[in-house]
Amino acid sequence: MNEPLADIGLVGLAISGILIGVALVLSLVRRLGLEKDLLVAAARALVQLLVVGFALRIVVDDDDPLVFTWIWVVFMALVAAWTVRRRAPEVPNVIPLSLLAFTAAAVVSLGVLFGLGVFEPTGRAIVPIAGMMVGNSMTATVVVARRIVAESRDHRDLIEARLALGLSSQDAFAPHLRDALRTGLIPQIETTKTVGLIALPGAMTGLILAGVEPVEAVRVQVAVMYLVLGSVSTTAAVMAIGLTRGLFTSDHRLAVTDRGVGTGSTTA
Amino acid sequence: MVPSASGLGQSVGVSDGFELRGVRVEGVARPRLDGIDLDLPLEGITVVAGASGSGKSTLLRLLNRLDVVDAGTITWRGTPLDETDVLLHRREVGMVFQRPTAAPGTVLENLRLAAMDLDEESAADLCLLVDLDASFLDRDATELSGGEKQRVCLARTIATGPAMILADEPTSSLDPAAAETIENLALRLARPDSPMPVGWVWVSHDPGQLRRLADRVVVLGEGRVLAEGNALDLASHGDADVRRAVGGER
Repeated sequence: MNEPLADIGLVGLAISGILIGVALVLSLVRRLGLEKDLLVAAARALVQLLVVGFALRIVVDDDDPLVFTWIWVVFMALVAAWTVRRRAPEVPNVIPLSLLAFTAAAVVSLGVLFGLGVFEPTGRAIVPIAGMMVGNSMTATVVVARRIVAESRDHRDLIEARLALGLSSQDAFAPHLRDALRTGLIPQIETTKTVGLIALPGAMTGLILAGVEPVEAVRVQVAVMYLVLGSVSTTAAVMAIGLTRGLFTSDHRLAVTDRGVGTGSTTA
Repeated sequence: MVPSASGLGQSVGVSDGFELRGVRVEGVARPRLDGIDLDLPLEGITVVAGASGSGKSTLLRLLNRLDVVDAGTITWRGTPLDETDVLLHRREVGMVFQRPTAAPGTVLENLRLAAMDLDEESAADLCLLVDLDASFLDRDATELSGGEKQRVCLARTIATGPAMILADEPTSSLDPAAAETIENLALRLARPDSPMPVGWVWVSHDPGQLRRLADRVVVLGEGRVLAEGNALDLASHGDADVRRAVGGER
């Protein structure tokens, strides 16, 4: 790596704080009432990231065993699963399903990137990559989960009409599953299409600031974008399949009927 | 041509239709069905009447296996329902719902939901059967009128080649002319000399419709069978609820 260009030091950090002042002035002048929120947000970002920074020192230190790294990754997945639950409270079994989805995505994407030697399996590589994987997948997971639950609720009549024609529960729900998956994946595909044209992505910007050659940074960024696409698809698919299974009983009935959660035969 | 399932699985000496014994379905405040014993023969039209919440829809859902019993047994042509293949059963005993539920896509695509490799000629025959001309095949099913949609749903159900059709107040959201078309179709298909005879269990709120359609009547009340028989006899039944359901004397 070249000479780091972005070691801003404590003075630099303090000076960048002036920029919060701009936002504060705007809030005061236009009476937005956001001063307290702004200060709390700025302080929280500083404290949270400082704590993370110190913790990361242990996690990414090449001399320390990888166990800390993996504990960190598991912790991230747990926080993400909890966040999914908070943003999609109406979705049944959302925490175990999210964890399953993140695990599947981790196996697939980390397996390709580290297993095939794209990156060295060090804490310094695993933590940010797993972070980007989980962070980006979270949004898609929430969208897909909420959409599936909404589809099953809003289109009960149509789903049962298909079942009544002798279609399997999988076939009866297929069009709705497709809609939900498309809704979850399209934003990520759009982002991937326009990357570089509208905004420079975070990983690349960070690398360039830190002194890496732009073309080198681009290679890393593209690998990261592919990673994100792959993991978003994996989490969305696992969440969708898991959730759909829970919607129906093994004898092809909707599990949640107008008289409550399905009775009789067990759910699949 | 559309396959006919009538005659499938028939064997000598067993009931040719549904047999319900001690059927119970739990509900929130009280059971939805509270120990029903009932025989529903395959031939003709059985109209199920009764007040709202009497268990009519639950009964139909059980027969299509969209719902299951909490106690008791149901047999179809001598075989307990939970031993039949549920997907095959639903094609043999079709169901038409109260609200017409056309799937997004053309009428032809809707018909192909029921019979994947249905050719256009057979599809046109199905349309004619429900009084829609063949030009409907290419039309968007979700853009049709309520009556047209319900006829598409009916044609879709017939496309599975059912021996029996369960109809849950299929005309209650339609205007009188559209309702009459569907009633006439049911009467025509129920005739033994129809090209593909279909038995009906038809839920109705409307005593006039009941009298026009019913070969036999079952009156439900609060999850129990209040009476069964023919409409004329039930019109002078001792229970006022039964008389009301069939439009008899007050």
